[in-house]
Amino acid sequence: MTAALVTGLGVAAPNGLGTEEYWSATLAGRTGIGRITRFDPERYPVRLAGEVPGFAAAEAIPGRLIPQTDHWTHLALAATDMALDDAGVDPAELPEYEMTVVTASSSGGTEFGQREIERLWDKGPGWVGAYQSIAWFYAATTGQVSIRHGMRGPCGVICAEQAGGLDAAAHAVRMLRSGARLAVTGGTDASLCPYGLVAQLATGALSTSDDPGRAYLPFDREASGYVPGEGGAMLVIEPDDVARARGVHGYGCLAGHGATFDPPPGSGREPGLRRAAEIALDRAGLAPRDVDVVFADALGVPARDREEARAIEALFGPRAVPVTAPKTMTGRLYAGGAALDMAAALLAMRDGVVPPTVGVTELADGCGLDLVREPREMPVRAALVLARGHGGFNSAVALTAVRRTQN
Amino acid sequence: MIDDDARVVITGIGVVAPGDPGTKAFWDLITSGRTATRAITLFDAEPFRSRVAAECDFDPAAEGLSPQEIRRMDRAGQFGVVCARQALADSGLDTGVVPPERVAVSVGSAVGCTMGLEEEYVVLSDGGRNWLVDPSYAVPHLYGYMVPSTLATEVAWASCAEGPVGLISTGCTAGLDAVGYACRLLWEGSADVVVAGATDAPISPITSACFDAIKATSPNNEDPGHASRPFDAERDGFVLGEGAAIMVLERRDAARRRGAQIYAEILGFASRSNAYHMTGLKPDGREMAEAITETLGQARLGPEDIDYINAHGSGTKQNDRHETAAFKRSLGGRAYEVPVSSIKSMIGHSLGAIGSIEVAACALALHHGVVPPTANLHNPDPECDLDYVPLTAREADLDVVLSVGSGFGGFQSAMLLGRAGRP
Repeated sequence: MTAALVTGLGVAAPNGLGTEEYWSATLAGRTGIGRITRFDPERYPVRLAGEVPGFAAAEAIPGRLIPQTDHWTHLALAATDMALDDAGVDPAELPEYEMTVVTASSSGGTEFGQREIERLWDKGPGWVGAYQSIAWFYAATTGQVSIRHGMRGPCGVICAEQAGGLDAAAHAVRMLRSGARLAVTGGTDASLCPYGLVAQLATGALSTSDDPGRAYLPFDREASGYVPGEGGAMLVIEPDDVARARGVHGYGCLAGHGATFDPPPGSGREPGLRRAAEIALDRAGLAPRDVDVVFADALGVPARDREEARAIEALFGPRAVPVTAPKTMTGRLYAGGAALDMAAALLAMRDGVVPPTVGVTELADGCGLDLVREPREMPVRAALVLARGHGGFNSAVALTAVRRTQN
Repeated sequence: MIDDDARVVITGIGVVAPGDPGTKAFWDLITSGRTATRAITLFDAEPFRSRVAAECDFDPAAEGLSPQEIRRMDRAGQFGVVCARQALADSGLDTGVVPPERVAVSVGSAVGCTMGLEEEYVVLSDGGRNWLVDPSYAVPHLYGYMVPSTLATEVAWASCAEGPVGLISTGCTAGLDAVGYACRLLWEGSADVVVAGATDAPISPITSACFDAIKATSPNNEDPGHASRPFDAERDGFVLGEGAAIMVLERRDAARRRGAQIYAEILGFASRSNAYHMTGLKPDGREMAEAITETLGQARLGPEDIDYINAHGSGTKQNDRHETAAFKRSLGGRAYEVPVSSIKSMIGHSLGAIGSIEVAACALALHHGVVPPTANLHNPDPECDLDYVPLTAREADLDVVLSVGSGFGGFQSAMLLGRAGRP
């Protein structure tokens, strides 16, 4: 079976717009978490978030698309352009039915939707704009990316809250295996409007700290929830033989994926994360000892951190694998988070350095992980990315370095 | 092409469709030629351009949901869970026997929990007056309304599923795509049972306003019972519907081993995107035709093998022409011979849910040997010149049927189903 090679990355992250901007900030430990600026958060118990800095839609995407789509889709369109450019492909030159788009969305065009519902209830139905019907729904990003680049193959949209980014990538790999020669995948989210934030508050999982350096501390004794963020990453994937034929080595392969669902609340049975990881490794043909680094889900909610630490330990043994969570510098990006973690893992392979988890000073009891807290230079040949979604979703993706032929 | 030992069958069906809930009520309605479209009762539609919809007469308590389930789930979730339980009971599958990690869930929805999301917004913003909404009025499950994946979570809990679970949200093809996704999970061996289908409950002010704004829905408020007129020269837009269909999918050999009732086999699934326009359709129907041709290839069948087409048939001017062109393009002369019908003429267009409701209709059509009609088709559009089975159902010996869907985003999907017991 041909491998699915990632040949292009596009990143729109709170600590860097652009792949190299994100990566250098991440290796330098620079956070993108700060006080919310998209609206005045003063009256809310959560005032911090990761916002993508310096994103000017007018510079990043065609002007006519700006009023037609939500900020979430703007970010994805911009990241897709970067990823295609990085891959060095011109979609216009490829067979239209052999290109597909599969994205994840956690909550759709939340800010756009809030504005239109407000108009409806405040002023009346005639005030709802014509673009609400295409901007709000969860398929907006996939549809717009497909149209913008003439990708007419089988497209998809997968929602599994924060696990969806990995499931979308896995589905894109399926599309390659059934004949596509290029897929755009990944995800973004941007629910930093008042209603979006208030909906997130309802989970009780957000940190109410006002200190950007101490608000999101997964696996730490002082973990108090997480910080929300916006943005994500888009990836271009191709069958490795197709990519090689045009002289492209790519970043690494999407080698295996596993998805599971937790037992119902109160069952007392083991959550499904470990099993998802095992399936992903098995499909990739990897043993736990082959894995050089784990990009953790790292929710920052103490009980859920312990749960994840137990799953990692059960699979790898105590402190047997480096674990990292660079999302401590971006906040959790919902559907974009796991996609960004895949990008980070692939960049770690490229540069031989594991990015750090910032802010964590003292590991909580039950979280005895080898948590990478400074950039760690080491060869990365295989990485495991873990993601969990609200409601019981678990996903894992195993990434492997490119097999380069020796001259 | 699908391996022989990976062939997928439908062994359980649960439907909540406009009119009375339940699979039997649904089948009776869509074979009677009666319509469930009416003046909207779910909210005060007086200020809206289109005030017609196909509503479910759904009482969640009577359908067996507990008080906490009723409080927690919005209407789309309630439809989904009721259907999932019905489908599982219908399948005769003992969920205590199948290992939960081998049970997967694939639920489609176009607009997720928008009804809950809108209702809560109205309270938190105090009637749309406050952009900075007041969190002290938030219900504890508000976040569950914001993320559509909640619908998959609820169905997974109802199905004791611990395998792959996902919500597919490709707009109005989501219901077909979710069943297609389920097939892939079975074909590749990621699960042994997939509880698959779709749910949507979009009859709400914001969704109505969306479609009003682009004049997609029928303004025939004077005659709501005849407002949904697919393929008719006087059609003037689709009629919003709601509902769900959830099915139990298994590999055929496993279903046969346990002696399950088999409604139908899924012979193929394919999709394409027009990459043309978020809401507009090219008149040539090329991408839908491509999807149809690919499903035939998967099943190693040709146009002559198709005995019935369950059309998307939304009743918009452009859709019905587009689709007619797609059938001609993909099936050639066979397009003029094969009966084509749109059950949206009777139950409206429930966005993402309708694709699964139509798959259920196809499975029941194969099972009962009956082609549902297109209601309200009195004056055929000259540009829609196929046999659309006007007004009255037909008995027919059905072996292979095709269901297609088309949606915002440019998505086009096609699924081929076959009679149980095909060689």
